[in-house]
Amino acid sequence: MSEFFQTFLNPGVMAESSGLLLRGLWVTIQACLIVVPGGLLSGAGLALAQTLAPAWGARSLSWGVDVVRAFPPLVLLVLIVHGLPFLGIEPPPLLGVGIALTINTSTYYGEILRAGILSIEPTQWEAARSTGLGTAATLRHVILPQGVRNVLPDLAGNTLEAVKLTSLASVVALPDLLRMARVAQGVHFNPSPLILAALLYLALLWPLVRLIRRLGGRAVLPA
Amino acid sequence: MRIFFDPEVLAAAWPGVRSGIGVTLGLALTSIAAGVALGLVLATIRALIRGAPLRPVGGLIAAYADVFRAMPPLVLLVVLYFAAPFAGIELSGFMAAFVALGLVLGASAEEIFWAGITSVNRGQWEAALSTGLSRGEAFRRVVLPQAVRLTIPPLTNRAIATGKNTALASVVAVPEVLNQAASVQAQTASPAPLLLAAGVYVALFLPLVRIGRWLETRFHIR
Repeated sequence: MSEFFQTFLNPGVMAESSGLLLRGLWVTIQACLIVVPGGLLSGAGLALAQTLAPAWGARSLSWGVDVVRAFPPLVLLVLIVHGLPFLGIEPPPLLGVGIALTINTSTYYGEILRAGILSIEPTQWEAARSTGLGTAATLRHVILPQGVRNVLPDLAGNTLEAVKLTSLASVVALPDLLRMARVAQGVHFNPSPLILAALLYLALLWPLVRLIRRLGGRAVLPA
Repeated sequence: MRIFFDPEVLAAAWPGVRSGIGVTLGLALTSIAAGVALGLVLATIRALIRGAPLRPVGGLIAAYADVFRAMPPLVLLVVLYFAAPFAGIELSGFMAAFVALGLVLGASAEEIFWAGITSVNRGQWEAALSTGLSRGEAFRRVVLPQAVRLTIPPLTNRAIATGKNTALASVVAVPEVLNQAASVQAQTASPAPLLLAAGVYVALFLPLVRIGRWLETRFHIR
């Protein structure tokens, strides 16, 4: 048993690699700070466009959303990070990752927010319009506050998915938590940093999982 | 633009990518089957031991679902492939990906089945038991068939997500579609193989995503 601890939870190795891991954690947090707000904002844009567009426009948007969803997120990420330079565009690595993952996650945020808007009865629209509010004011003051509240658990659920998604950044050499753990493992030839990184992800995300349960979140979001 | 659709590079990449489709589908189907089966078994155990002295087992199952919901699949895969050998467990890339994807889907599937089972009215249990059915029979013949109906749309979506996550296996050198395309890309320094792979994924998954969307509206689950 002590051999097990020496191998997988080696205190010396963990202490020595903690600096690397913390730097990686900071990169992971920065990626989250791009992807979550970026995804929410572009998702809100998508949802509003689908709500306000004429039927044919909403239909083509929904096909576009589904094409993006048909990509595995990792494929989208590799395509954008390795493909953009061929177009002469070389964003800094963190931004490239941020763009790719934001595109992916915004389609989910968008669908959730649209479902929230659709969950409000049409009579609410009519009542708001009859008091003299315009379309924009109706959305802002009447529909969105109620609609967003209705889908709060799903929004939290997708935020969990978005944070988990940032671990993909390690594949395109962004020095995030997972990447740094691999580096530290290589340096020490010991898997403790990897285990520590996994525990850090759990420490970061377990509270979010519990929160989603408290909110009564659906177990499962769309693919 | 030509560099993105260079016909020579595309021709060179196609045989590898084509063989990758088989690996992608094989990994997807086996992990989905294993994950759904695992989820169903765990949810069944949890349903049948309710109230019994074995209650902590139910707590363990719920904890498993929570942990694997919080863990990014790629982190799990990397731990299985790069850390497990230190414990003498040497998994091939394919096996590591199969276990990681199966465990992650198993956790979601358990939650989905459990949600379906608990949504069936208690009266259904009581009525079934009062006709003389045993607990197991009541579960299998009365509760489960009603629960499964509710689970189809979310389970379909999770299965599609698992299929897409097979692309993660490229990280542990499984020769699936993305891995094959990336290796030709490295040789030719051209983005064309990646676009080919992207096209293959869209062809494979766009119909499934549309079906998933249709099921959600069809079954009116929100």
